[in-house]
Amino acid sequence: MDYLWAFIVGGLLCVIAELLICYTKLTAARILVAYVVAGVVLTAIGLYGPLVEWAGCGATTPLTGFGYALAEGVKKAVAERGIFGALTGGLTATSGGIAAALAFAFAAALVFKGKPK
Amino acid sequence: MSKNDRIFKFENKPAIFSCGTVAGKKEWEGALGGVFDCHSEDDTFGMPTWEQSESEMQRLALNHALAKLSWDSTELGLMFAGDLINQCTSSGYGLIDFDVPFLGLFGACSTLAEGLILAAFIVNAGYVNAAAAVTSSHNCSAERQFRFPIEYGGQRTPTSQWTVTGAGAFIVGRRSLLDVDEKLISAKSAPPNQPSPLFTHIRIAEAMPGRTIECGITDANNMGAAMAPAAADTLLRYFKVSGTKPDDYDLIVTGDLAFEGHRLTSELLAQKGIHLGSNFNDCGLIIYDRERQDMHAGGSGCGCSALVVAAEILPKIDRGELKNVLFIGTGALMSPMSVQQGLPIPAIGHLVRLIHD
Amino acid sequence: MFYINEGNKANNNSVISFRQVIFIYKKDYKKYAEQTAQKSNAFTNCIKAFLVGGAICTFAQWLYNMFITRMSEENTRLLVPTVLIFLAALTTGLGWFDKLAKHAGGGTLVPITGFANAIASAAIDNKNEGWVLGLGAKIFTVAGPVILYGTLASVIYGLILYFIRLAGAGGAA
Repeated sequence: MDYLWAFIVGGLLCVIAELLICYTKLTAARILVAYVVAGVVLTAIGLYGPLVEWAGCGATTPLTGFGYALAEGVKKAVAERGIFGALTGGLTATSGGIAAALAFAFAAALVFKGKPK
Repeated sequence: MSKNDRIFKFENKPAIFSCGTVAGKKEWEGALGGVFDCHSEDDTFGMPTWEQSESEMQRLALNHALAKLSWDSTELGLMFAGDLINQCTSSGYGLIDFDVPFLGLFGACSTLAEGLILAAFIVNAGYVNAAAAVTSSHNCSAERQFRFPIEYGGQRTPTSQWTVTGAGAFIVGRRSLLDVDEKLISAKSAPPNQPSPLFTHIRIAEAMPGRTIECGITDANNMGAAMAPAAADTLLRYFKVSGTKPDDYDLIVTGDLAFEGHRLTSELLAQKGIHLGSNFNDCGLIIYDRERQDMHAGGSGCGCSALVVAAEILPKIDRGELKNVLFIGTGALMSPMSVQQGLPIPAIGHLVRLIHD
Repeated sequence: MFYINEGNKANNNSVISFRQVIFIYKKDYKKYAEQTAQKSNAFTNCIKAFLVGGAICTFAQWLYNMFITRMSEENTRLLVPTVLIFLAALTTGLGWFDKLAKHAGGGTLVPITGFANAIASAAIDNKNEGWVLGLGAKIFTVAGPVILYGTLASVIYGLILYFIRLAGAGGAA
């Protein structure tokens, strides 16, 4: 069952992006930024948490899930450290993913050479 | 009619002697097939970076053009060259070994027409016997500069055009040279049953440089729409001043308007009562098999018009299959910076009339 | 339909007027060019995005279910995206990712794979310009804005949370 919901929710989040690609002139970078910020906002107003409970990786894998991780991290850190948590919480919670992306990208640049399409 | 609406006529018969073409893999597999002088299976031309590949393409193109005439580069009095990369480095590096006085051009995708016009001017005026016009574009170097990294996974809109990987070198010289120059005479007399490597019947008759036109199009994925008004403007001025109509020409061919721009140019001119018929075509539509190769609106880039004019149109003019051709080199004069700042894209269209003579 | 002659009847055939008319009707031309442009087939594109995006998320869920039996939830939450990022970087380097993304669009863009592809493609593409200002700087072309605005939003959210707590504590006292 969790696979089905992951598929449907994840797929629908991708469809929203596809609609933005088709009907607006938003560049891919802007869509990614919008998704992350939307993830933070939706988590803050309490909508994204239940979605993650329900759809699991269907909600955490899209980039809104990155925003969810940022917001959850900040929430936890503010509870523990007060105002300093507002600065440390977001990046601490997402540091693993960012470091992994940078490290693998660097490794790919070491190994591979660009090729024409 | 304004004072500067003027057609430049070349009385001293500047002629196109030969051209060299260098193509990438997709162009080699495209609708024109293997008619180009040389191509690369991986688009690198043996070079470590895409920018160097593009330089190498220009070098190869001019080499081929000269070889067809059995000339060395000292016969050239001047060369005009340009490309799409910042500060025209492809031309700067690519033509470095020829030791010919060099004037760099930037006309975006209209560079070929601009180069041909300037070469015709200089030959017609008698300053030099022969001059070269060289241009190139490379899909990967252009993609890097104007859009995204090459491996970036993005979806292209149907209006987007594919930058052609190709280079063309054209040698323009005084017509009388064909009967005087010994090397040309011996090159001309090719063995029977073989096509002559050089052109003997192509003349640049007239030219009309375009004006910069900007119509508010800001979408860099729809350059055809940005360039269509510029092409329409030049054609309109030309028909007005020359008193001719589209039917008087065997072929009216634009540089790289592709599907969108081709349609819009026809519609804009129809608004002014000029109806372009089936003799109106576009290099961006000719070069690829659009459906099979998934090329969206068609080809673009300096190499697009260079390859089509050199490999498809000039041989036909030389053989007399086409006698009177209008070529309008179109260019979108934007930079990555101007696009990011949201400025509308200015465009230009230079007209060259080529005749069988 | 867009009529270029409109409002210019007196000077209809003048060559110069074309430029002026174009100028006056610039907005109309832009609108007309956009309206009549070929459109992407949104329906099939959305189906493809749904299937590919859904498949990636289902794969992530499968990884999650597999890892969660062997390690803590915290580590699983990190390992799942890490595997996806690794696969995206690998396929980007092999030149497969852009071929899939061409069809999938939003389906590969939105999952963490799109973020990884943006970083990896920039890294591969810019290494000729040097390790520091080439690869080092350009690797953040897309990742930079995402991290910047994400972090910014989280900081603002943190400050709001903090002041709500303060107000709550003050009220209680």
